[in-house]
Amino acid sequence: MDNVVLARALFGTSMAFHIIFATLGVGIPIMVLFAELMYHIRKDKYYAILAKRWTKGFAIILGVAIPSGTIVGVMLSLLFPGFMAIVGQVIAVPFQVEIWAFLLEALFMSIYVYAADRLSPLLRIVSVFFVALGASASAVLITDAHAWMNTPRGFDLVNGVVSNVDPIAAIFSPSLYTTALHVLSSAYMTGAFVIVSLAAYKLLKRGRSAEEREYHSRSLLLGLVVGGALSLFTALNGHATAQMLHHYQPEKLAAAEGLFETTDHAPLAIFGVADPESGEVKGGIEIPGALSFLAGNSFDTVVKGLNEYPEELWPPLYIHTLFNIMVVIGMVLIGLSFGALVWRYVLKRTLPRWGLWLLVSSGALSLIGIETGWIFSCTGRQPWTIYHMQLTKDAATKTGNLGLLFALFVGIYVILLFLTAFVLLYYFKRHPASKELNPQMPVLDDEGVRTHV
Amino acid sequence: MSEPTLAIMLVWLLLFVYSILGSIDFGAGFWGMVFGRSDATNAGALANRFLSPTWEVTNTFLVLVVVALVGFFPKAVAMLGTALLLPVSLVLILLLIRSSFMVYAYSSKRYGKELNVVSGVTGLLIPGLLVAVLPISLGGFIDIVDGVPSLHFGQLLASRTLWTHLGFGLSTELYLAALFLADYSNESGDNGAYRLYRKAAIWLGPFTLFFAVITTFGMVPEAYWIVEAIERNSLWFIFSILAFVFGYTALLWGRPDGGPGVPRVAFTAIIVQYAFASIGYGLSHLPYIIYPYLTVEEGFTNPSTFRALLVAYVIGLLILGPAFYLFWKLFLKDKRYLRQE
Repeated sequence: MDNVVLARALFGTSMAFHIIFATLGVGIPIMVLFAELMYHIRKDKYYAILAKRWTKGFAIILGVAIPSGTIVGVMLSLLFPGFMAIVGQVIAVPFQVEIWAFLLEALFMSIYVYAADRLSPLLRIVSVFFVALGASASAVLITDAHAWMNTPRGFDLVNGVVSNVDPIAAIFSPSLYTTALHVLSSAYMTGAFVIVSLAAYKLLKRGRSAEEREYHSRSLLLGLVVGGALSLFTALNGHATAQMLHHYQPEKLAAAEGLFETTDHAPLAIFGVADPESGEVKGGIEIPGALSFLAGNSFDTVVKGLNEYPEELWPPLYIHTLFNIMVVIGMVLIGLSFGALVWRYVLKRTLPRWGLWLLVSSGALSLIGIETGWIFSCTGRQPWTIYHMQLTKDAATKTGNLGLLFALFVGIYVILLFLTAFVLLYYFKRHPASKELNPQMPVLDDEGVRTHV
Repeated sequence: MSEPTLAIMLVWLLLFVYSILGSIDFGAGFWGMVFGRSDATNAGALANRFLSPTWEVTNTFLVLVVVALVGFFPKAVAMLGTALLLPVSLVLILLLIRSSFMVYAYSSKRYGKELNVVSGVTGLLIPGLLVAVLPISLGGFIDIVDGVPSLHFGQLLASRTLWTHLGFGLSTELYLAALFLADYSNESGDNGAYRLYRKAAIWLGPFTLFFAVITTFGMVPEAYWIVEAIERNSLWFIFSILAFVFGYTALLWGRPDGGPGVPRVAFTAIIVQYAFASIGYGLSHLPYIIYPYLTVEEGFTNPSTFRALLVAYVIGLLILGPAFYLFWKLFLKDKRYLRQE
């Protein structure tokens, strides 16, 4: 493999690893915030226990999210020095402000976790609010840099020299709002569905006390309501994102849909493989006119096809599949959450075991949706690092040794994925919810989030 | 003052703050591991009590240094990024292992000690490796061929200057952490732990000074320009040594209550010592960021980006100031946190 491919592989793997923890790091605090609020409104101790246990899981996840985020941040400079030279001159501000958000999150996370017993109830809610705010702001600010890579503004590049820099224009690039909203809502959605998965799994276990079932049902309901609302919002916003692509990155939309010829009444292809030889999608289902309608709210909208562009500047055609997986998962999640809510609260029937099994899959599905979405957005921009400004091959490092580092990092990521899962399992097995639910047993120091010896 | 000068001062200040915080953080992890294995003392638990709420904040400062460098001196990052791919990647791997194993250790009582060994040892190595960036910036190890900077890694490994820098990084880390924990245990009213950390600090102090001197005079020929510059700025280093002597002896002073040493004075004086030395070293390093390829002027970012960044710094300080105050009050001052069993 050549250097550019290796650099992309190394960075892509690191991102794919980090994004799992980063997404949960944005999504879980919101759920904790909701649980804390519910506790103060309903005075129901179950919510307090939920908040406490989710926070413990979150603290473990953060232990991997923070260093892996550090890796991704520093690795950008190591692997794409040409890119960072432009970033530093044009769009350094969001990176910088992201650190403030990150610090805010870290400070209040420690305060919420380690000083919980010394805080007034109001200050507890304030701290967890700042944790959630810091996490969400970090996500928006990093997404800002990503949005700028897709729709770069605020500078001119002539012969590799940056001039006419306008940092404000760079920060508020046209795709910022849709992209940031999409990232935030999908992260909240994922946090909620991971909670749904866990609760559904616990409810499937036989021989639970009524109290435990009550406790896990609270968790399931809260997750379903938040997850359902956010999955719907994510889908609507995804539609706005597609229209943004139509305006600003037509070749990405064309590759996502496997559209080769520019046309009005363009069809929407679902599944299948885009074939450059025949210029069509093979083996997929076509909905006539739907793509034109999605892109411009009218069947007459002219959608640009890939043939408008030289082939060496096409995005890879497999992004069609990534795009489909993301969209289908989004639809399935909307169906699952609303289906379960209607079943339970409109039809007033208990969820059947197969229904719970389906809900168990929602957390993993969300994460797959997040991964495919990010890979779609980043590889869909190829061969550009900064769209129509800088090619990835001009941004990547020219140093060797990448193969060795790639193997090393992938090895560490695999080990840490297993270890983190094991530590989470081990911890919650040793500290089951039943212990905390039983009022006869005093809650010991080491059972909660207080983790020092 | 010119804008590039202001920018390099800011970066240098952040680097200084991180080097202190990072030394205490990684050093405390190591001491927590060493004393955590013994049931006779509470010193290990005390180190962990300090680490639990603070390590995330410290880690964030590392990213802050990198991001500040990207924003203020993007060309330096492009050059250093290429040259330092291998050593910095190793630091990143160690950092990932260190943090995750520390959190694993907190979450598992049964395997806590074993997991702590992994985080303690990896943490010990990180500051030493980070300090290795200094000799690289001084010249002699980077070549630029066809515009691509490359690092002579083997030559670096074989050079004496790398090892003296490593020794300096290691001894500083352990010394600063021991001093800080001496003060922290004194504040917590834990006399047994205090005596242990004070003793460690008394042992380590002279080592740091020894390594500082042999590091300075053990530079490779290409880096000899900085030795001359250090001699020109010798006043700062004399102040630094005076602060060392003052702080070190403060560990031996008697107190009104009969206990040995005044750790608060000792720790403060040692921070002043490192501050003086950093100012002197920073001044000597000018005008180069990477000798002889890049000066501060050449590496400087775009002026409009620079001004936008300054605004971001002011707003950030205004928001985070109160948060830091609350944090400090809860974890470094509140007797209820410090004195718990």
